[in-house]
Amino acid sequence: MEYVIAFAVGGLICVIGQLLLDVGKLTPAHVMSTLVVSGVVLDFFGIYDKLIDFAGAGATVPITSFGHSLYHGAISEAQTHGLIGVVTGIFEVTSAGISAAIAFGFLASLVFKPKG
Amino acid sequence: MATKTKAKPIGSMQMTKQMYQQQASKYQPKRNVMLNCFRAFWVGGTICLLGQALQNMYIHFFGFTEKTASNPTVATLIFISVLLTGLGIYDNIGQYAGAGSAVPVTGFANSIASAAIEHRSEGFVLGVGGNMFKLAGSVIVFGVVAAFLAGIIKSVLKMIF
Repeated sequence: MEYVIAFAVGGLICVIGQLLLDVGKLTPAHVMSTLVVSGVVLDFFGIYDKLIDFAGAGATVPITSFGHSLYHGAISEAQTHGLIGVVTGIFEVTSAGISAAIAFGFLASLVFKPKG
Repeated sequence: MATKTKAKPIGSMQMTKQMYQQQASKYQPKRNVMLNCFRAFWVGGTICLLGQALQNMYIHFFGFTEKTASNPTVATLIFISVLLTGLGIYDNIGQYAGAGSAVPVTGFANSIASAAIEHRSEGFVLGVGGNMFKLAGSVIVFGVVAAFLAGIIKSVLKMIF
């Protein structure tokens, strides 16, 4: 059941992205930015955490969770260190994703040649 | 032939922007929204399903808790995505799935890796280093700015009340 919910919720978030592309006529970069910002806004109102409890990876894998993690890092640091924590904590949770993407992306450019 | 090619630019000069768009829209492929959404749904859903499977694997076999398991899960998905990008497979998936492969974190990794690979010929510093975030940069910028503002607002509200 866990897998079914992850599939359905993750799929639905992608459908929202596709609708923004096709019906909203936005560019992919605009769609991604919109989704990230909506992740932050949903988390600001405490909705995204509930969605993660409900859907698991269906909510953590789409890019909206990137916004959620940025906001979460900022807030949890701010609770212990005050306002400066917003700046120091913002990349705390997302560090894994960004570091992995940079490192693997660079290594890939060493190994692979461009295609097409 | 010569007269025909001559006549064309004059005609298009007189065209207004709206007329041009009307003309151009005739030749644009029609977007099948329903089909695109269906494809985005099942491919995006499958990527999340894979993420769930990885997460459960990290919880059960490697002793991560439900909260800490998302880091290695995301890193693994990114690794797979970069590998598929390098092999040229992810772009084919993207052609088929649209937002289904772009919205999950794998699409974020794909945009970084494909930019890195594509600009390698311009050198490692100016090419790879400078262009890596060409597409993913906007996601990070807007995410950070939004999280920063929301974090400040939330913290200030907490101090007041």
